[in-house]
Amino acid sequence: MSLEAWIPLLVLCSSLLPGLMIFGLDESRVRLRTTLNLGGALTKLALVGVMFWGVSQGIEYEVRISFLPGLDLALRAGPLALLFLVLSSLLWLVTTIYAIGYLEGSPHRSRFFGFFSLCVTATVGVAMAADLLTFLLFYELLTLATYPLVVHRGTEVARRAGQVYLAYTIGGGALMLFGIVWLYTLTGTLEFTPLGFVSELDPTTHPALILIFIFLITGLGVKAALVPLHVWLPMAMVAPAPVSALLHAVAVVKAGAFGIVRVVYEVFGVEFSAGLGVTLPLAVLASITILYGSLRALFQDDLKRRLAFSTVSQVSYIVLGVAIASPIATVGGLVHLIHQGLMKITLFFCAGNLAETLGVHKVSEMNGAGQRMPWTMVAFTVGAFGMIGAPPVAGFITKWYLGLGALDAGQHWVLLVLATSSLLNAAYFLPILHAAWFREPPAQWPAERSLGRGETSRALLWPPIITAVAALLAGLLASLPFSPLEWARFIAEREFRPL
Amino acid sequence: MEPSALVRELFAWAHADAAGLMASVLALPVLVPLLGALFAFVMRRWAAAIGLVTLLALLATVLLLIPWLLGAGAQGLAVGGWGAPLGVDLYADGLSLAMLLMTAVVGLGISLYAHSYFRADPIREQAFWPLWLLLLTALNALFLSRDLFNLYVTLEILGLSAVALTALAGGAKALVGAMRYLLVSLLGSLAYLLGIALLYHAYATVDLALLAARIDAAPATWAALALMSAGLILKTALFPLHFWLPPAHASAAAPVSAALSALVIKGSYYLLVRIWLELVQVQSDGVATFLGLLGAGAVLWGSIQALVQTRLKLLIAYSTVAQIGYLFLAFPLAAGTGGLAWSGALYLALSHALAKAAMFLAAGNLLRFGGHDRIADLDRVVQRLPLSMAAFALAGVSIIGLPPSGGFIGKWLLLEAALSTGRWGWGIVIMLGGVLAATYVFKVVGFAFTQAEHPHQAQRVPATMEWVAFALAVAAVLLGFLVAQPLMLLEIGDPFAAHVGGMGP
Repeated sequence: MSLEAWIPLLVLCSSLLPGLMIFGLDESRVRLRTTLNLGGALTKLALVGVMFWGVSQGIEYEVRISFLPGLDLALRAGPLALLFLVLSSLLWLVTTIYAIGYLEGSPHRSRFFGFFSLCVTATVGVAMAADLLTFLLFYELLTLATYPLVVHRGTEVARRAGQVYLAYTIGGGALMLFGIVWLYTLTGTLEFTPLGFVSELDPTTHPALILIFIFLITGLGVKAALVPLHVWLPMAMVAPAPVSALLHAVAVVKAGAFGIVRVVYEVFGVEFSAGLGVTLPLAVLASITILYGSLRALFQDDLKRRLAFSTVSQVSYIVLGVAIASPIATVGGLVHLIHQGLMKITLFFCAGNLAETLGVHKVSEMNGAGQRMPWTMVAFTVGAFGMIGAPPVAGFITKWYLGLGALDAGQHWVLLVLATSSLLNAAYFLPILHAAWFREPPAQWPAERSLGRGETSRALLWPPIITAVAALLAGLLASLPFSPLEWARFIAEREFRPL
Repeated sequence: MEPSALVRELFAWAHADAAGLMASVLALPVLVPLLGALFAFVMRRWAAAIGLVTLLALLATVLLLIPWLLGAGAQGLAVGGWGAPLGVDLYADGLSLAMLLMTAVVGLGISLYAHSYFRADPIREQAFWPLWLLLLTALNALFLSRDLFNLYVTLEILGLSAVALTALAGGAKALVGAMRYLLVSLLGSLAYLLGIALLYHAYATVDLALLAARIDAAPATWAALALMSAGLILKTALFPLHFWLPPAHASAAAPVSAALSALVIKGSYYLLVRIWLELVQVQSDGVATFLGLLGAGAVLWGSIQALVQTRLKLLIAYSTVAQIGYLFLAFPLAAGTGGLAWSGALYLALSHALAKAAMFLAAGNLLRFGGHDRIADLDRVVQRLPLSMAAFALAGVSIIGLPPSGGFIGKWLLLEAALSTGRWGWGIVIMLGGVLAATYVFKVVGFAFTQAEHPHQAQRVPATMEWVAFALAVAAVLLGFLVAQPLMLLEIGDPFAAHVGGMGP
């Protein structure tokens, strides 16, 4: 095998092997476990960096093994895969550091980090899958690897949340499998191709294709938390904070959104989908999700639940960008994959810091938090402004391109959705910021702990600061080469027929 | 004589009779466990050691058969030089070979487990080994026979040794379960025997190949086939004739439960498939649909029953009822897709054997660890007995049919057979069964994380018992990666091709 074939495999192995080794480690081997974790994360980042450079030079990394008769398992790292790969490998490193700090001294860490690594393995597999079958394989592996993390605490509430999570994801996976086999019987191939591979089919199959589209999008919509398939996401908030960060920013909802991007662009082809008439309903569904998520977030007092409903809303920007079916909106949707990840992970890290250091879980308890934990709250503020869409944070870029794209496609109603959603975002984030910065802190925090000399331990403080700075830079330096925005443009050019 | 001359002499002899010698290897999968059973019965104190050696030898023999059959195609052996219709004919194609391999691999796992399981109980141990080896003899003979009467004999030995093994657990529950199993088994054999009598009366032969050439669609033939099928369905525990399976499989000792669910029911299923492929063929759509409907009923009813169980072993037993249903979906789906549907069903049968054995063995570990198998009181076993729990979960992945696992491949092939011919109903059943299976598997996994209200004193579980369960579960998952080889194996001798013989329309 050539070097180009080895690198995707090594990217998988850089988290798979440490994960398997960690399962076998004794609880007390903290140092070795940390070495394995960070070593794997750094190796993966380096490998992804190499591939990023290669892909920008026009190299495609591909490896395949034969599987079923007529079907291969194949990994391929092209521009779209790299978008998700860079995000997940970067955020995995940060989240690992955070999780090591967060879980210090808590039980069952070997189990936790083992599944944590499997989870990231599945995510990079989802990113690099070169066909629907390989995608499904890693998509289901992701379900299995996250389940033990959701129920990690072993309480009755956690168990219930786990059951709900599985009911939704397994059901969605079954629909997807059904759709994939059906599609395979029609086309005889499942390979992702720019501009899609179904447009040549006989027009009599179009009703079947619409049904298949619905099945696939429903299966993916479960993880992307499209309303009404979002119920599991707020419930899964019982998991420890690093898991929430992983679910919301790095792995699960992103895998769903990324899958929708793949299906619309590289299975059906976005122009063919628009011709089938399936993109408009998808755009409407995404808009409903955006508004519904924001509305529900407004009424949550529990900070993590508020952030969870905010995720429901924000991830659908990606879907909306895809469904508007215009090249400019595509750029907005794709780039939000990165932006939402950076901003949301910042917010969850900060929420975790507040809970760990001060015992603050509720919005109503956050008065004066900015005085006690200034750096955490600065990071939180950057994330919140990004979510609202205030320039120069990354979220602004997304909304700008989505708006332009909607005008370009002649879908003016989308602007109304964007404006309303921004207002709602402001309405549920600004009171938090006001309380944290301008109100007096209480005499005593709910459960204050001293973690290190600063406002909290370094392993907890640095990750949100790094991701907040990244979110800021992604917005400020958007026009530089290799920025998320430029990369998204690079991809969008491949997914539309030249005019 | 000089040694070298002796060797040369031997070589010359072997060369001259190489073909015949090779062919008699076909009898070894029957002879090896039979000898083992006899020795284990006579030399009781060494029973366990004899058993383990026998299983290793059996696996080696079957592995020896693989390259030979891959090269030379399906093979027959007229034992003692007497061919059909007088003598005992053995015949092995890909289908038989896959079943033999499944039996040898799972059998070895169960034997290693049983070696640890019965260690503290010499009386049961000495009773277990001869019966278990006899069961394997019967099963292997069943997979190699081509003669309906010989098949009846193997079926009867299989049933009786299985019943005796069930009763081995002792206690009222196991005895009642075994008693019911005995009656059902005898009833099934009786129906099957009546069918043979009718066929023999009509066509003057019980050899499958000869029958296939002579048979026609007379009423007596249909009556005979109906009787034989009914008997075999009863023994396979296809819905709604599954009532006897859960009590028998759930009350037996762990290695016996594993053997019953993983292997024994596959014997009668295999026979049904053989009879169907050779004698009945695709012309009888109505019967195929009927069998498929029963299968669909089994998938749904068995899964729902599994879901409401509060005891782990009963849950697994009902899961077997559901998974048997899948095997019968191939009967209607084979029309128009031939090999695809049968490969799918057989792939499911193989992976179910590995996964279900792993599940029952893991359940045995949990039972020994906590002293009970109440699902709600599993009490953090995911932390306290991680290897067994991992075995259960991985086996569950294959049972559910999540990728990558043997179960996924089987379901994919069945689903492809269904959807490529536009038969949505069967496709929906296949998917629903998977979702329901996920629900009952993860019901158990969920409770493995929580704390029980009344904690129990934990007992030690030997490492062998944990590792065997884990290894079988991993094998079930690996079967989802190495797909080409098992499929190639199944195709030796083209067992699923439409035969020239068989009944006309």
